[in-house]
Amino acid sequence: MNLEDIIKETKTYYCLECGKCTSLCPVARHNSNFSPRLMLERALMGFGNELIHDRELFSCLTCYACSDLCPADVDYPVFTQKVRNLAAVEGEHGDCAHSGTLFSLMRLMSRPDIRQRRLEWLDGCRTSEKSEVLYFVGCAPYFQPIFEDIEVNPVNIARNSIKILNALGIEPMVLPDERCCGHDLLWTGDVEAFKKLAQFNAQMIKESGAKKIVFSCPEGYRTFKLDYPRYVELDCELMHITELLAQGLKSNELGLKKIAKQVTYQDPCRLGRHLGIYEPPREIIKAIPGIKLVEMEHQGEGSICCGTSAWTNCGSYSKEIRVERLLEAKATGAEVLVTACPKCQIHFKCAMVDKGAEKGSNVRMEVMDIVTLVANALGGKSRE
Amino acid sequence: MAEFEPRIIAFACNWCTYAAADIAGTSRIHYPANVRIVRVMCSGMVDPIYVLKAFEMGADGVLVAGCHEIDCHYLNGPLKCDAMFEKLRKVVNTLGLEGERLRREMISTSESPIFAQVIEEMVEQIKKLGPSPLRERVKV
Repeated sequence: MNLEDIIKETKTYYCLECGKCTSLCPVARHNSNFSPRLMLERALMGFGNELIHDRELFSCLTCYACSDLCPADVDYPVFTQKVRNLAAVEGEHGDCAHSGTLFSLMRLMSRPDIRQRRLEWLDGCRTSEKSEVLYFVGCAPYFQPIFEDIEVNPVNIARNSIKILNALGIEPMVLPDERCCGHDLLWTGDVEAFKKLAQFNAQMIKESGAKKIVFSCPEGYRTFKLDYPRYVELDCELMHITELLAQGLKSNELGLKKIAKQVTYQDPCRLGRHLGIYEPPREIIKAIPGIKLVEMEHQGEGSICCGTSAWTNCGSYSKEIRVERLLEAKATGAEVLVTACPKCQIHFKCAMVDKGAEKGSNVRMEVMDIVTLVANALGGKSRE
Repeated sequence: MAEFEPRIIAFACNWCTYAAADIAGTSRIHYPANVRIVRVMCSGMVDPIYVLKAFEMGADGVLVAGCHEIDCHYLNGPLKCDAMFEKLRKVVNTLGLEGERLRREMISTSESPIFAQVIEEMVEQIKKLGPSPLRERVKV
């Protein structure tokens, strides 16, 4: 695929040059070198080569804030995804945070001979060998050692998800050798490795006989729902745990205990603008007795991303986006910032401990995954 | 078929372990030729990506070696390395790699026999384990 095909496919030629995208873009507000409108113009005016070698190509958060309100309906994130693919072929990649460790792990997971030990955290969780429901754990076992020193515990999100599924009367399966969903590889242009991962996952899920897959990570959910159908066949019902829980709350009496707190909710871009799931998480939060949900200035469709996507080009601008978002959350008077994506949590907590962030010291607030919040309300043993 | 010869990458600190390897050579201490040494200025600068990249490119084992804590030319290099290594060990374990394939040692300049011994042990252990599961399968 060359640039012309990409322009045709994403209907970039409809661009009116109105600049709405740039004015809405959270990155462009802080980083004056980045402008979605200018990126498109360069592609349309025949400066494709310049575009491919521009390091700002990897600054886009692919958060869909631009495309959602584009009057010409240009799909800028998909355009970015495909141009990055061209750039990757030319050997370009963004500046990988964590010096690319996480990408290396993803590529290693695409090797056929590995036998992972990814379920060591499972102790005490009720799962079953054969079930119609599969819980897709995602990268939590890998994130755990890397991010535990900034007080993020991704495996606890997985444990609490299983606890919630149990409370809904489901004992899910978990795959012992599940691979990364490939989201970050796809969005940074490494389609070959992504395809391999997708094939492994599809094969294993087929063999397991699962009918329904539940996700607690919005990125995995998005990738399975919107990207996998282009590469692999998978005949399963897909659900985010918040959707399942919102349904379950209508028919089940879960006996949620009182939590007297004021909280606010951060819409992860993959769950919100990518998939349109805004209400289920809010219904769940409101269902917990004693909790008061207060909304931030930017919420729902107008929500602002946590500042980095696919571990790429994380820098001072990303930090500024995060600090601003945290200040917005604080301004609501909420004690806890609830999110539904482990990466949002990682990014916000990182901004709080970062010595370089100018306003870093006064943005401390509790950040919690929605799954953990519900597990706490369920009572009994839950881990934060 | 020829016997499996493991490929080992050793990240050796310039001031201690690299010098130890050098002295092992000049003193004619024998050790297997399976190791490729990468000189780094300090064990504290070894990033997880160096090790993962080595595995990605087909290494069967990786050794990260540097000064003892009190010998460091940069004060806290070994401590930094230990902290990094602890995380790395957990991640690599999750990937399903055997513990013997990844080793952390502190070898000072005067300990060249220990360097030779460590390499010998690693080669022996990895020969038993066979090629790394992280290697890319080569199409014949």
